[in-house]
Amino acid sequence: MTIFSKHKNKANVLPVMLVLTSYFLLLTSFNKELTADELVKKVKAKMDKVNDYVATGKMKTDVVFIKAPVANIKSYYKKPNRFAIKRDGGVSLLPKGGVSVNVSSLLLTDEYTAIDAGKTTLGTTAVRIIKLLPLSEKSDVVLTTMYIDEANLLIRKASTTTKENGTYDMEMQFGKYADWGLPDKVVFSFNTKDYKLPKGITLEYDDGSKKPELPKNKKGKVEITYSSYVINKGVTDAMLK
Amino acid sequence: MWSLLKIELFKVFKRPRTYIAFIAVWAIVSLIQLAIYVDGPKYMDFVLRDVKESFDVIGDPLNGYFVCFVILQTLLIHVPLLVALVSADMVAGEANMGTLRLLISKPVSRTKLLLSKFFASAIYAIILLIWIAILGLFLSMVVFGTDGLINAKSYEIIILNGNDVFWRYLCAFGFAALALITVSSLGFFFSIFAENSLGPIVATMSVIIVFTILTTLDIPLFQSVKDFFFTTHMIGWKGFFEMKTDAEGMSIPGTIRNLPAVLRSAGILLLHILIFTGSAIFIFNRKDVLS
Amino acid sequence: MEAIIKVSHLTKTFRELTAVNDLSFTVQKGDVYGFLGQNGAGKSTSIRMLLTLIQPTSGSIEVFGYNLQHHRKEILRNTGAVIERPDLYKYLSAYETLQLFAAMSSVKLTRQQYMDQLELVGLAQRANSKVRTFSQGMKQRLGIAVALVHNPELIVLDEPTNGLDPQGIADMRNLILMLREKMKKTVLVSSHLLSEVEQIANRMLIIDKGKKLVEGTVSELFHPDDTVVLIETTNQPACEELLRNSNYATQLIGIDAAGIELKLRKEEVPVLTKMLIENNISILGIHACHSLEDYFLKITTANQHVEPFKN
Repeated sequence: MTIFSKHKNKANVLPVMLVLTSYFLLLTSFNKELTADELVKKVKAKMDKVNDYVATGKMKTDVVFIKAPVANIKSYYKKPNRFAIKRDGGVSLLPKGGVSVNVSSLLLTDEYTAIDAGKTTLGTTAVRIIKLLPLSEKSDVVLTTMYIDEANLLIRKASTTTKENGTYDMEMQFGKYADWGLPDKVVFSFNTKDYKLPKGITLEYDDGSKKPELPKNKKGKVEITYSSYVINKGVTDAMLK
Repeated sequence: MWSLLKIELFKVFKRPRTYIAFIAVWAIVSLIQLAIYVDGPKYMDFVLRDVKESFDVIGDPLNGYFVCFVILQTLLIHVPLLVALVSADMVAGEANMGTLRLLISKPVSRTKLLLSKFFASAIYAIILLIWIAILGLFLSMVVFGTDGLINAKSYEIIILNGNDVFWRYLCAFGFAALALITVSSLGFFFSIFAENSLGPIVATMSVIIVFTILTTLDIPLFQSVKDFFFTTHMIGWKGFFEMKTDAEGMSIPGTIRNLPAVLRSAGILLLHILIFTGSAIFIFNRKDVLS
Repeated sequence: MEAIIKVSHLTKTFRELTAVNDLSFTVQKGDVYGFLGQNGAGKSTSIRMLLTLIQPTSGSIEVFGYNLQHHRKEILRNTGAVIERPDLYKYLSAYETLQLFAAMSSVKLTRQQYMDQLELVGLAQRANSKVRTFSQGMKQRLGIAVALVHNPELIVLDEPTNGLDPQGIADMRNLILMLREKMKKTVLVSSHLLSEVEQIANRMLIIDKGKKLVEGTVSELFHPDDTVVLIETTNQPACEELLRNSNYATQLIGIDAAGIELKLRKEEVPVLTKMLIENNISILGIHACHSLEDYFLKITTANQHVEPFKN
């Protein structure tokens, strides 16, 4: 965006130079623009600075049939793909493949084809849309669409379509740990299935509370807000169990 | 009154029949614990079968709190039958033994006599419940450890934090005591009409079984009247295992979703106790003892 | 003499059945009062009313000079009872049974005192045996001990010999005599066996179909010269009215289709006949048929009534 605005400004100030300058500037900017593959690799390289981390945060579960309080959690990560979420004194339900909550796992392997799919803005951030197609036939993931903030080399959003479990959306907000490519907040959206247990088994107590109406799209959301990361201080295997 | 109550308790705990319930509870609880110990994950899979496809479970849902929940869920349907075994025998059993006429010819009022018998059967129910708590809650906590509790209902799953469960159990056991005393007072009520304990025991069990079945059946006719069945309110203890939600839909630990409803259920049970026991005393005071 | 029990016009109806019909009698202090009648005559119902197990339909009961309805506790505190077969608590020992019933009368005795009570009924050796293991006779004796444990003045025994073997019956008889003679208790004892009551009671009441037939001292009632006279007349209502208004009123014991029955001394028969003739009663026959004993045997072997109780 900045490149284009510069170009416009110059055009306004020096109309004579318009065609020539704009040509060169455009050429320069296209030259600077990375290919999809290069961009993904750059993002990956940035994230590779993190060997391991322990993150502390709070998790909110917003699924129509799950009633759970905000949970204090700790996330553990170790290169290349070890990831675990734990909470003290409690039980939580995490959307299948908790690893997906971890950004770097999106870029685990090299076995994909990256395709440039244009640009857009997320909020006020300009992002490039990159589609990743796994090469392996066995992969559950059919397609991952990434919205990459090229300026900061951050993945702002990722949308993953799987064979079995529908589409997952992951939105990330960055703050203090943006330099490490680690988000302050991850919002994970996913499709949920119907939940039902035979009533006879549970012998329900009906306290008159309204039963939740099942929404049509049955989207669930899990939101994790990290308050701190301890990066590259070592994570043992025991922590990841 | 206190000395009469002591006499009644003395009789209750001298009777071999009294201990059937304690043994039965021990057997049921042990079996459930053993089953969960051996096959718990499978049971958990069943409860969470619709969830496991899209969710991973972190923490240990198969802990002592969950085991106790399963035990209470199972036992609180059957323990009333054990309670009836004693309460329905309180008066009818004495009529059958021929001791009722001796008691009534003693210088104590029938009201006091009946009250002491009622309190004795209520205390019996409470002691039985404490026994359930020792085996079902405390032993399960020791054997299976503690963690958050998954309360799987037919249309939702409630997840309680590990440190937010124990007090709920205390409340639940208190409520369950009220429920059992309701059964006790019903058995007691039937007891005054009979001259052997079998009739009132069967009558009490029948009422509970029929009401419970009607409550469980999803037939609109029964659903509309189920509020009038005391059995509907007997499972009010489950109300303690639900939480209020905040504006964002997040559950708030340490809260009860619908405390007024639970208290209303408790009030209805209390009303039943008063009606059953009061009627029993009223009728018995005017009754000719012919046994 | 001090009246311990005074029953006046006591009536109890169960739906259509009148179990006790206008019954009045008095038990004096120190009496062993025999309450005689066949099964279903209304003995048990009367005794249960006396012990507040049954509410009278009408009439009043006074015990120790107090109205039973208003002074139930005070009266029962001083009354001991064995009502039919006392099965007691099978799971308790004899000692525990005694302790329990003492507590119900707000009495606490020493171990020795309990043992003395058991000794009295011959059960000291079995103090710690469960009632379950007792014979009927032993249970009956323990029942007596229970009735005595709070040292009451009045003892009510309803059919205490029911179900006992001859030895048991003899033991019970001795026990009752001892209660009167040694312990100076007032005893009301019901039975359907005349022979039994005759041996222990000093006074007795015979009832049939809920009504009083005769009441008096045993020596009076069983005077060797006593007879029961059956009068057959052409005009029974007139004869009945005449007798009711005469000195013979208290001696009337039965009126039915067969005639009018009176209890008389033999020497009174001619006097009665003369009175009837003088009053223009046409006599079809006067049969001095039985002694009172025969008469009682007749009513006790007659068809059984519908019983309000199972014995």
